[in-house]
Parts: sequence; structure tokens; C-alpha cells
Amino acid sequence: MDLRLTDEQLMAQKTAAEFAKSEVLPRAADIDREHRFPAELVRRMAELGFLGIAIPEQYGGSGLDTVSYVLVLEEISRACASTGVIMSVNNSLVCDPLLKFGTEEQKQKWLAPLASGQLLGCFALSEPDAGSDAAAQKTVALKDGDGWVINGVKNWITNGPNANVCILQCMADPPGKQAGHKAITTFILPMDLPGVRTGPADKKLGIRGSQSCQIFLDDVRVGRDLLLGDVGTGFKVAMSTLDGGRIGIASQALGIARASFEDAGRYALERKTFGQPIANHQAIQWKLADMATELDAARLLTLRAASLKDRGARFGKEAAMAKLFASECANRAAKECVQIFGGNGYVEDYPAERHYRDAKITEIYEGTSEIMRIVISSALLKE
Amino acid sequence: MHFEPSEEQRLIEQAARQFAAEVLRPKAAERDQKSLFPEEELRKLGELGLLGVNVPEQYGGSQAGVVAYSLALSQIAQADASVSVAMAVTNMVAEVICAFGTEEQKQKYVPRLCSGDAVAGAFALSEPQSGSDAASLKTVAEKVDGGYRLTGSKQWITSGDRAGVIVVWARTDAGAPVDKRNQAAGLSAFLVEAGTPGLVAGRPEHKLGLKGSTTVPLTLDGCFVPDSARLSKEGDGFRIAMVALDGGRIGIASQAVGIGRAALLAAKDYSKERKQFDKALCDFQAIANMLADAGTQLDAAQLLALRAAFLKESGQPFSQKAAMAKLYASEAAGRICDMALQVHGGYGYTQEFPVERYLRDVRVSRIYEGTSEIQRVVIARSVLKEFSDHAS
Repeated sequence: MDLRLTDEQLMAQKTAAEFAKSEVLPRAADIDREHRFPAELVRRMAELGFLGIAIPEQYGGSGLDTVSYVLVLEEISRACASTGVIMSVNNSLVCDPLLKFGTEEQKQKWLAPLASGQLLGCFALSEPDAGSDAAAQKTVALKDGDGWVINGVKNWITNGPNANVCILQCMADPPGKQAGHKAITTFILPMDLPGVRTGPADKKLGIRGSQSCQIFLDDVRVGRDLLLGDVGTGFKVAMSTLDGGRIGIASQALGIARASFEDAGRYALERKTFGQPIANHQAIQWKLADMATELDAARLLTLRAASLKDRGARFGKEAAMAKLFASECANRAAKECVQIFGGNGYVEDYPAERHYRDAKITEIYEGTSEIMRIVISSALLKE
Repeated sequence: MHFEPSEEQRLIEQAARQFAAEVLRPKAAERDQKSLFPEEELRKLGELGLLGVNVPEQYGGSQAGVVAYSLALSQIAQADASVSVAMAVTNMVAEVICAFGTEEQKQKYVPRLCSGDAVAGAFALSEPQSGSDAASLKTVAEKVDGGYRLTGSKQWITSGDRAGVIVVWARTDAGAPVDKRNQAAGLSAFLVEAGTPGLVAGRPEHKLGLKGSTTVPLTLDGCFVPDSARLSKEGDGFRIAMVALDGGRIGIASQAVGIGRAALLAAKDYSKERKQFDKALCDFQAIANMLADAGTQLDAAQLLALRAAFLKESGQPFSQKAAMAKLYASEAAGRICDMALQVHGGYGYTQEFPVERYLRDVRVSRIYEGTSEIQRVVIARSVLKEFSDHAS
């Protein structure tokens, strides 16, 4: 056991912290209020190598590891959770599966520009009637000559309005639920193909700077070169990708929890009631102590999952634990942050209400808390 | 960064696991039901090197570090929490003597503690009127020719009637004006051997749990100890107690992790066997969700404990992190034991199954070596200090 970070990891963390403080944090409130996609920050993250952190340099990435990814993503999300998820999706849900399942040609053609940030990616699994239950998807790819024709609708696709490339899950020919998980197939879908159309950006409770939308697929023709993995291996691709994605969302949640904790702590030292800073009251101290403790526990769970991934060990259960714990920790922390800010916590002049709204999504996307508990209990019962 | 134990840490954990499974578990229920003190078991722990895991070899310890200690203690606690608390306090006393003792004191006491010859060590800080507020304790050490006379009462002393060596805290500022704000400066620590005239152990308490461990009041009635029994300087007592308790909290966190793990495993096994409505309990989401939460919280607790252990072992500040580990692990383990009893239903409420013992045993981990409330004070003070330091 050695819990020290390497110099490289510390450097990545420091670079991210400085960038987050000087460039991301000053914009976070406006991004949220204006529902604005922070294109300039995405460009800066590309320059800093944050859009393909754990991708080898030969494929346009930074060549760092998953632990560095967690550290960087926490810093970015601490400043702005919207910017955090834009980064998380590109790293975990787009670059990762291309690295793991792509052919050499696909890696050269798609991974390199995505990891370096020349292109931005999205990941499409959910549909109006299929979320946690992936085998209930209705989007279908019918065989047509050497390629396929895809029809269907995808829902809540983060980065959808802004992405150049989509990692698309659908049911391959023969279609239908009968085949269940074995029909799920993954394609690399350039978003400018004929028949691909995005809907208006969703109006959301939080992470308003990250845009999500529906994607409509009408007779979209794709060739074999766009097939990621094989026909019928999509479930494996999706599950493996989401295992890694959960480390990303856990890291985003860590950032939100830390923002809640730090903003609340500093406010508690300034705000006075009954002649003294509210930080002197035990009722407030208790909240801060619990927030700090849970935040540390969440970070340790997340870093453990990341370090297992880096070592090539199984990490599905650990990633689910990290995501479950960190997301619920972020929600408790944000709730207490609003409470410590009192009336000021309820107004947009202070960041507390943004943290509170941003935190909620971490319990839902990339596997709800309910799905996490199924993943964890199934793994525990097998041990 | 990696979380896997080293080969040495794994070996120590393995030795503890094997001893726990083969020797401790079979008689844990009996020790609980009959309130039997595990004297023989402690001696065997000494033979295995588990009474001085983080103590240098030259004083009879295993010199395996704090992470190994945490892992081993969790294994012992998983089988029998009563044995683990005697083990934890003995390790703590051996460590505190190593940290603050003279060479003579170390050679005299530490090997006996580590081997089990002293049976156990004890830590006598609390008093009837002084628990969390340790600095207000009233036992007096009156300076006399060649030593001190200790007079006062100690309360809730784990292994106090069995221990060969007891660290006793007393005031050396008696007669000086009492400065309420600086009471801590008047405390000193002494090493008192069992059988010293004037030292009397009272009747063991009847407790909710940890019935195999004894908890006694101690009376010090003009008990004479020589100057050579004083640990460090006069006035150093409070600092010694706080350093010892910082480390002790890693022990209690590890103990809680062990009890929580025992409860989770019991609940998991039972949920697979027990059928209702033609389905195993574990196939109901309500039950599976309980296991998932318990597993997640248990891992979080253990990671906090091991992180604090790692920091202590590598010589870094760890006081705040030990408080976090103790707070979180004791509360999580409490929830997990309660969950395990619930999964067992009516059976869980009987002594036919071990979960009622786990629930009784785990309760004290939120109380001793600093209550949850004191841990929150420690954590809040330290994080607020970080905020103000950062701001200035």
C-alpha cells in the first residue's frame, strides 16, 4: 500500500487546479445562468490535454493514468460541474471505448482527434423508453449490403448538440428484444452523416452549461469501418465503458461535494450570528465535519477504483461503489451547503444553489444509484 | 498510488485471519455469554507478534507498521471484538511507551507487553467526572521523596484488573492556582505496575457488549510510584494522551471495520440461505440494496482507516484523518450491524446467531477513545483552521 501520488499525478492536479481557479471558476455562474456551452473552456482543456488524459500520446492523448484523470476532473468540477461532465464524457465514454475496442485504423482516424480535442464526442445509449434497461433499446441497425441502415431516437445525450462524433449503441440485425443483450452493437457515428439530426438542448435542473439533447436517426447509412467491436458485442462495450464512466462521474461528484464543503466552510467563518461567526456554533461545525469526512471517503473510493483500472484489475464493483457513494455524498454536501448559507443559499448571487442543482444528476446518469446497488450487491453475493 | 497491502502486510493479516478463524471464532459466543476474559488467547496473540505490531523488534515487537496493525486488528475483531479491544489497548500502551519512555522503561515494559507476559496493557485516563474533557481530571500525583503518591479514581479502564502495566494520568499541579484555560498543562503520565500497593481494581462493569473484555474502575489510594515511573516530563501528560489517542483511533476504526465485516458476511450468507415467498432473501431488491450499502460503507470505512494508518506509518500528520476514520467507521459499522440483525429477522434477535452480539459489541466504538461528538470537534477545528489559514 502506497497512497502517495507520483510527481506526474501531482503535476496534473496542480495544472488543473490553477486552470480551474483562474479560468473556469470565474465563468461558472454565468455559464449556469445562461445555459451556455463553454466552448472556450473546452478549447483550453484540449490545449491542456484534459480531453484524453489517460489515452497514450501516440493517439493524441496525454499518456497519463486514471488516477490523474480523477484528480483533474475533481478540480475542474469543483469550479464548474458542467465543464466537468463535458470533459468526463469525452474521456470516459468516447476515448476509452475507442482505445479499448477500436481497430488501429479507427484509433488513428477517430481517437487521435477526439483525445487531442480537435473533435468532441458524445455517447448514446439511453432512449425515451430505455435507460437502465439497455436491452430495451429500440434503435435498430438493419444490414444493408456491406453496411447498415440505422433508425431510432436517443435521449439525454450529453454533448449531443456540440459533438462531432457519437459512440452509438443500438440493436443490430436481427433486431428485436428477443435477442436481448446479444443484439446490442456499437457504432462510431460521425454526427454530420446524412439522416443524423439533433433536437433542441434539454432544459435541465442543473449542469446547465453542459448541453444534452435527443438524437434522431433516420435511415443513417454506416459502413463496416464504423462498427466498433463486433456485431452483438455492444453490451460488453457499453458496460465496460460505463464502468470507467462511473469513475468519471464519481470524480465530478467529488468536485461538487468539495465546492459545497469549501464554499460553506469559508462562508461559515465570515457570516456572524449572535455576535460570532456561525463556524463557532457546533451545529454548523457538525455539518462541516461530516462533509469533510464523507468527502475524503468518497475520494478514497474513487481513487481506489482508478488505481485498480490503471493496474488492469477488475474494478466494476469498486467503480459502482465510488459512483454511488460520491454522488450521494455530493447531494448531502450540497444540501448542507445551502443550509449553511441560509437565505443566501437560495439565491443565485451565491454558488450554493448551483451546487445543489448540479449535484442531483450524479445520482442519475451513467447508472442510477439504484443500478449501482444492483451492480454492487450482485458482485458481493458472488464473492 | 496503490491500495494493495505489501507482502509483509499481507502475511500479518493472514496470520491474524487464521488465528481468528481457528482459535477465536469457535469460542467467541461462549466468551460473550459467560463474560470470560481471553487471557490464554492474548498470550497466543503475543506469540504471533500481534500485541506489538507497530513496535520495534528490539523491544519485542513485530515492527510491521501501522497498516499491518490495522489489517490484523480488523481480522481479530471480525471474530471476537472483546479480544480485539484488549489487543488494541495493549498495542497502544506498548507504542506510547516506545514513543515517550526512557530506554529503561522501554526495556522493562515493552517486551512484556508484546509477548503477552504482562497479559495486557491498560490506559487509565477517564474518571467518573472526566471523560471527553480529559484535562479536567482530578487524580493527583503528589511529589514525595523519590517519587509520587497517586490518589484518585479512574473509570472504564479496559483490562484494568488484568493488565500488568497501566498508564495512569494524574495532576502534578496540585496546590498551584487552577487556571481553567490551561488545565492540560498540569497533567502527567505514570507507568503503574499491577500489584502496586494502593492500586485497587473494582468490580468489572456489566456492559451492553464486549463482555469478554473487562472494564473496571481503579482506585489509587496514595499509591507510591518512583520517579522512574513517570513517562516523559511533568506536564507532558496531556500531549501524551492526545498522541496515544490519535493512534488509538486508528485501532478503534479498524476494530469497527472488523465487526462490520463480520456482520455483513453473516447477513450475506443468511440472505442466500433463507427463503421466503419461494425466493432467497438476497433475490429481493430490498435486501440486496441493504447489502450494497453496507458493502460500500464498509469499504469507505476501511479505506479511511488504512489511509490514516498509512499517514501515521509514513510520519505525516494524521490526527484529523484518524478522527475521520474513527467517526465514520464506528458509525458505519453500527449501521451495518443493525442492518445484519434486520436481515436475520427474529433469528437475529436471539443468541442462536452472532449478529445480536455484533450489534452490542459495535455500539461502544462510537463512545470510547473519543466519542463521535469529540471526533467531530477534532475534525471541524482542523478543517476550519485550514480554511482560515488558506484565507490569510
